[in-house]
Amino acid sequence: MTEKNLHGENEGDLWEVFVQSETGAPHEHAGSVHAADAEMALQNARDVYARRGTPVSIWVVPSQYITATTPADAQPFFDPADDKVYRHPQFYKIPKAVKGF
Amino acid sequence: MSIDFHTQKLLAAFLLRLGDDRLVLGHRLSEWCGHAPVLEEDIALTNIALDEIGQASAFLHLAGEVEGGGRSADDLAYFREATQFTNVQLVEQPNRDFASTMARQFLFDAHSYFLLEILQKSAHERLAGIAAKGFKEARYHLRHSKEWMLRLGDGTAESHRRLQSALDDLWPFTRELFAFDETERALTDLGIIPELENIEKKWNELVLSVLAAATLAVPANSGHVASGSRTGRHSEYLGHMLAEMQILARSFPGVKW
Repeated sequence: MTEKNLHGENEGDLWEVFVQSETGAPHEHAGSVHAADAEMALQNARDVYARRGTPVSIWVVPSQYITATTPADAQPFFDPADDKVYRHPQFYKIPKAVKGF
Repeated sequence: MSIDFHTQKLLAAFLLRLGDDRLVLGHRLSEWCGHAPVLEEDIALTNIALDEIGQASAFLHLAGEVEGGGRSADDLAYFREATQFTNVQLVEQPNRDFASTMARQFLFDAHSYFLLEILQKSAHERLAGIAAKGFKEARYHLRHSKEWMLRLGDGTAESHRRLQSALDDLWPFTRELFAFDETERALTDLGIIPELENIEKKWNELVLSVLAAATLAVPANSGHVASGSRTGRHSEYLGHMLAEMQILARSFPGVKW
């Protein structure tokens, strides 16, 4: 699973970087880095994505382990909501007896 | 802390050594900017360069102040000749290849880590403060260079060969890291800085354990051992490096950028 760059040199695998900006906050996707292994990926992520803020935690995940939808999936995956009005809370009338909703 | 003239001179000399080591190494690392093997490492090396130059700036500023002659950090960095620089010869050695840069960095980082750790306990409050800030950075620098020692040493046949050869070349320069003279000893006796003699033992333990884990051989002690740089003796490389580093400040004195 080695990737070659334009110069034909091995610059390592691709890792996705998730940064948590404060305790309790979710880890958010920040970008990706190349690295030969997990420890180096963490260090690269620290240098590329975390040097200006004060994050509390970083996750790195090999990109190959991420399963993603493709643009072709968009229709079946994301479309169905709009024509099924009953899936939205606005579809339901609030009974008069309910106060302070 | 109020100190007498003699102590003032010793302390300024010691601060100058700390500043010069970091200034020269920081400049060397900055030469990698835009040239590192991969983007991520380019950013890492320039981050470390900036940390070193930041520490140098703090140490040189304080050196100028303690010295009492009105010299700023910039005066000290840009308007001294090679023979007035007091950095160890290790840090002025050229980058050569990435393995050589990492070997030089690791040998220095291990030293800087233990030195700044102990200097946090200095009785001189501002020196202790700069050391505390630098120690946090040195911890990261050491982690970075140590990981590369392990990966290059225990990597491919080519990376192993290059790193071993770099290590063999740089080893004679490492003794100077521990060549403490009357400056450090007097400051210890005066109670301004803690005893520094233990650093060599800690450095040896760490460096030898990393070399073993990286399947690298400990270089034999060759005949040549670098010495004298604390009093201004340097290898041929420093003058060339300073010419490049200082030209802008000297061509346009007082220029701001």
